[in-house]
Amino acid sequence: MTVTEIDTDLDPGREAGRPRGGRLFRRLRRSPLAMTGFVVLTLAVLAAVLAPVLAPYSPDHADFSAVFQPPGSPGHLLGTDSLGRDILSRILFGARASLLVGVLSVLLALVVGVPLGLVAGYVSALDAVVSRLTDVVLAFPFLILAVGLAAIRGASLSNAALAIGISQIPGIIRVTRSETLRLKSLDYVAAAVAEGATDLWVVVRHILPNATSVLIVQATVAIPGAILGEAVLSFLGLGIQPPSPSLGTMLSEAQDSISRAPWTAVMPGIAIMVLTLAFNLFGDGLRDALDPRGSRR
Amino acid sequence: MTIVTTDLDPWQPGGSGTPLLRVRDLSVSFRTEGGRVCAVDDVSFEARAGELLAVVGESGCGKSVMAMALSGLLPRNASVTGSVELAGQQLVGASPGDLRRVRGSRIAYIFQEPMTSLNPVFTVGRQVAEVLRVHEGMDRRRANDRAAELLDLVGIANPRERLKQYPHQLSGGLRQRVMIAMAVAGSPEVLVADEPTTALDVTVQAGILDVLRDLRDRLGAAVVLITHDLGVVADIADRVMVMYAGRLVERADIQELFARPRHHYTVGLLGAVPTARSDGAAQRLREIPGLVPVIEGPEPRCTFAERCPAADETCRTRQPPLEIAPQSSHEAACWHPAGLSGAATGADQDRGAP
Repeated sequence: MTVTEIDTDLDPGREAGRPRGGRLFRRLRRSPLAMTGFVVLTLAVLAAVLAPVLAPYSPDHADFSAVFQPPGSPGHLLGTDSLGRDILSRILFGARASLLVGVLSVLLALVVGVPLGLVAGYVSALDAVVSRLTDVVLAFPFLILAVGLAAIRGASLSNAALAIGISQIPGIIRVTRSETLRLKSLDYVAAAVAEGATDLWVVVRHILPNATSVLIVQATVAIPGAILGEAVLSFLGLGIQPPSPSLGTMLSEAQDSISRAPWTAVMPGIAIMVLTLAFNLFGDGLRDALDPRGSRR
Repeated sequence: MTIVTTDLDPWQPGGSGTPLLRVRDLSVSFRTEGGRVCAVDDVSFEARAGELLAVVGESGCGKSVMAMALSGLLPRNASVTGSVELAGQQLVGASPGDLRRVRGSRIAYIFQEPMTSLNPVFTVGRQVAEVLRVHEGMDRRRANDRAAELLDLVGIANPRERLKQYPHQLSGGLRQRVMIAMAVAGSPEVLVADEPTTALDVTVQAGILDVLRDLRDRLGAAVVLITHDLGVVADIADRVMVMYAGRLVERADIQELFARPRHHYTVGLLGAVPTARSDGAAQRLREIPGLVPVIEGPEPRCTFAERCPAADETCRTRQPPLEIAPQSSHEAACWHPAGLSGAATGADQDRGAP
């Protein structure tokens, strides 16, 4: 690889520091794995958004004259399932649901977890309370929580996102708290206090901005977990209800036919794997690229 | 040797007018798992506008704790007693809100570690401007202009360009100048510099000291300079306070202290300063044997007694008061103050000790 750019520029006035926009992208491009993740993710998001345009069939369109068509058969690139529905179309629409649940649940976890983590890390008097509550949520089995929510509020995409989001709050709280504890002891926080900064100012201007890169990475790592969670819930019938497509329901429906038509399970399985892998690779690359000191491995 | 001052008015040099900062019987102790530790013991002093007051002592003497106690920056397990008056306003026991308003705008700090004292994710300009917007209520544009002026004031070339840079693009000396600019942004009456040059190399040190001296003259602020380096003190201080184990042991004008140190601790400190001799011969530096003791409560003795060459029974049983020498403004807390040639004799007795 040729070095096209040197970060440690000393000429004054040139924008550096925490990379933003174009710079961030240039740094990301240095890592082939991260770029792969980024490209795959972009394609996946585009495909999911454009599913109604791209999909050759309606995801619910059943064709009983063409059940269990293998991949590559005419008109059905990835084959058909037991009802003759086009698997490619169902994966495209299913990825929509997966991404939506993934993003929504992590957003929920961030909105609740970050403020709690900041409070726990900054106000030592409240640390024990928040941390013990975190432990309680963490000790509660995810599936029991999801089953309970589904029983109370019904099985649906939004309740799946809610259950997954709740289960991810403790992780976000812990990461935010530990980062707050670390940042709180730094000299520039002490200097800000000596300059007359209020606690709120210190948290909002000094701790939160310095914690963002860690949080962004944590979020990109949490999203694939949420996608898997959605697949699990849908597989168990606690998430999106058939006939609406989701990667998890597709797996669930493929159970009966897996020996006869393995592609009905393999195709959505590969889709889940590709999505989560792409998020993980991208998250890793982002962590390296967001380091303001521009360290390179 | 010339008589430096025969004025009967104590603390005549440097400063003008009334004392800005008046500290009376300031004591700080910490509750720790191992019991109480008394870090500052009954320290009283005054700092005047336009004066550079140096506080000297080795590590663990309570210098930094004393400085932090001035505006209530110590952690919660510290108990502070006594009185700190900043132009009439009592700071010991003041409410957190009052203390916060004092910090930055009336009493500002410069810390030892310029490398980590700036927030890495914001530009220097934004950080300096923020202080101005908070303390002076300036709008963004005016704050930026003023920030550039401040960088210029602390001797940074191309201030406009530097404002756009991030801390990691600046050297340690530049960062410390930025820290000083931020400290003086609120036009504080008292500027406390806690070992501002310790982390910097010697050539950069001189520049920072020039900035401090310049600020004292231009802003008329009272500068309290904390250092363990007597070389730094000799350069720029008007008056010197020597602290040992939380107590004030000697206080004098700068020339007076260097010419006639009275406390044996000061004598030892001066003996440990490297000096270039005209014949170029290498001279072995003297050390003060032992370490600063940890003081747990009121101790009716001289805390320096174990390390002092002149200590006797009196020193181990009675605490020497801070007494002013006749015909001078020179104060020392010692039962057997070093004489006129004290620097030589006092330190000579150190020899042979471990």
